[in-house]
Amino acid sequence: MEELLQLIISGTAQGMIYALIAFGYNITFSTSKTINFSLGNLLMVGGVVSFILYMDKTTGQPLGRTILLPLIAVLIVGSLLGITVYKTAVEPSLKRGSGYNWVLATLAFGIIVRNFIEQFWSTGDYRFASPLGDTPIRIGEVGVYPQEVLIIIVSIFIVVGVEIFRRKTILGKAIQAVSEDKLTASLMGINQNFIILFSFMLSTAIAGVAGLLVAPITFVSASMGTVLGIKAYAVAIIGGLESGYGMLVGGLLLGLSEAVTARYLSTGYKDTPGFVILILIILFMPSGLFGKKVIRKV
Amino acid sequence: MKNTYIKSMGTLLIAAALAVSCTKKNQEEQIKIGVFGPFTGGSAPMGLSMRNGVQIAIDEANAAGGVLGKKFVMVDRDDEARNERGGQIMQEFIDKEKVVAILGPINTGVANSASRYANERKVPMLINVSAGAKVNELFAEFPENFVFHFVANDDVQAEMIVNEAIDNGKFKKPALLCDDTNYGQNGREKMENALKQRGVKPVYVGKFKIKDTDMTAQLQQAKAAGSDVVLAYGIGPELAAVSNSMERIGYRVPMIASWTAAMSNYVNNAAKNGNGTMMPQTFIEDAPKTDTGRKFLENYRAKYNEKPIASAVSAGQGYDSMMLLKLAIEQAGNLEGVNIKNALEDLQKPYEGVTGSYTKPFSKTDHEGIKSANTQMGFVQDGVVIGKPEILKK
Repeated sequence: MEELLQLIISGTAQGMIYALIAFGYNITFSTSKTINFSLGNLLMVGGVVSFILYMDKTTGQPLGRTILLPLIAVLIVGSLLGITVYKTAVEPSLKRGSGYNWVLATLAFGIIVRNFIEQFWSTGDYRFASPLGDTPIRIGEVGVYPQEVLIIIVSIFIVVGVEIFRRKTILGKAIQAVSEDKLTASLMGINQNFIILFSFMLSTAIAGVAGLLVAPITFVSASMGTVLGIKAYAVAIIGGLESGYGMLVGGLLLGLSEAVTARYLSTGYKDTPGFVILILIILFMPSGLFGKKVIRKV
Repeated sequence: MKNTYIKSMGTLLIAAALAVSCTKKNQEEQIKIGVFGPFTGGSAPMGLSMRNGVQIAIDEANAAGGVLGKKFVMVDRDDEARNERGGQIMQEFIDKEKVVAILGPINTGVANSASRYANERKVPMLINVSAGAKVNELFAEFPENFVFHFVANDDVQAEMIVNEAIDNGKFKKPALLCDDTNYGQNGREKMENALKQRGVKPVYVGKFKIKDTDMTAQLQQAKAAGSDVVLAYGIGPELAAVSNSMERIGYRVPMIASWTAAMSNYVNNAAKNGNGTMMPQTFIEDAPKTDTGRKFLENYRAKYNEKPIASAVSAGQGYDSMMLLKLAIEQAGNLEGVNIKNALEDLQKPYEGVTGSYTKPFSKTDHEGIKSANTQMGFVQDGVVIGKPEILKK
């Protein structure tokens, strides 16, 4: 029983990180029908920037600064990267109306960012000391890192917060309008371009925060975001690209299935169930668990 | 008009010939040593430390006048820990750079893809960090084997790990946890054999992937199987993840690991959870065995300003492999690959190196230079690798 509880907690924390990146995919998809495939690597930038500001690379000890410093930095760096990726990789493709160029362009952007970090920072793996301490809280035999609790709380808070923002504020309603119908939204005086740019900034800033959140429970390295980015894409498909809350459920499903498979089947098959679910969803519920059925009138 | 043309062409030709002969002469005064390993990527600490160790040996040898009236120069290449780079670099070393001998690499796959070229082209190669590389196995295909091994290989390490756990530690139920690369699985096989010889069967055998950071699932199974010691084979970051996950699920049994647990990316990443981890070491920075070792550390710190050394074992083995090569070239009296190889197999001078003292480390039939006598157990304490404390020696 305790064993299962342990797995549920680590699976949930892992799943929430998937959910945060998937939520980033969801945000840009809803406004521009594009997916920023560099999000995994932008999460890594969040982790690396936080590490540089918070930890000493040679000794592996904290520099003794407040955690607010990396938090503010990842929000700024994240937003700036959002503008960059939109302006360089997505906008040209949308303007030209050239189909799916943004897929390769955003992927390439991610690879460039990763190579840049490898070149100018390091290719090694580094521990990030959690500001909440690295001693697990004990509930019987179960050990829970305070950071894991933080990840779960902050992730839910971000998703719920943004969803409320989308429904209740003027800017949020504008985003909603653009995602419903671009042309009509434009006719109503909504600056479509700005809304899309804003959605990119929002999603990359969230990825940056996710990088800061996940750093203490994994190691910080130039490759820390690659697999996360791919798995989050699976989560986005499972949850339904159109649904914000669907990401939370999809993330939870993938995180838990991984933890349980690794323990009760074999660690070699850890990644299998997630992708089996993915294929089943594509076959039987193409718009995901919580996606809206889109009927296109021709 | 035509005349001047011919004249100028002639001058050009002479100039070109002169230039060629000059560079050729320059080359003849140098002994090129090819050094390769991962200088970027996850195994870079080992590659860079090894290269630094070789460089210190080269500087020392050159300061003492070199060998056969010639100076050593290093030609180094980054293999990025990619297997296919091994063969490419070997060809470049042999065909383009015309190196006399080759030192390196770190990764087992790279070493195995590279060693064939050494034998086919008859250029001596000293593998100085890759523990899993095939060396004596090559005699079957190449009776005249140009590949040498100067590492505590997986046989030596697996034997020491199991000896420490079963014979010294009196543990009865070992759990094996190894990464899923060539390196980790090779180590698992060797450890299983060493256990079998003692009539012990591991209660749990598990694996993990490179970059995994949560080992909870594997360790829960080991714990459920009632294991009283964890024997792990992998590289620094993942071994650290094993230690961290053990602490997390409150599973406090000793861990004995492959030598890589002495690297900074284990010691720093496991922090206090790494305390007490043991691993076989040929060289411990905190407890050098020889005077050469102490002098080497002084030189290393002065030149590279690094303490602790990212991978002291790689640095020490790098230095020693270069020095053994120098002795062999001296003994051979020329730069012919065959003669250097023969000299290595029958070294007349004993050698006191960083990792220990060696008398005829290699022979015609055995190219494994380091035996368990030159290997000791290291012990992690508060972020430093020290010799195994007396209290644990029984």
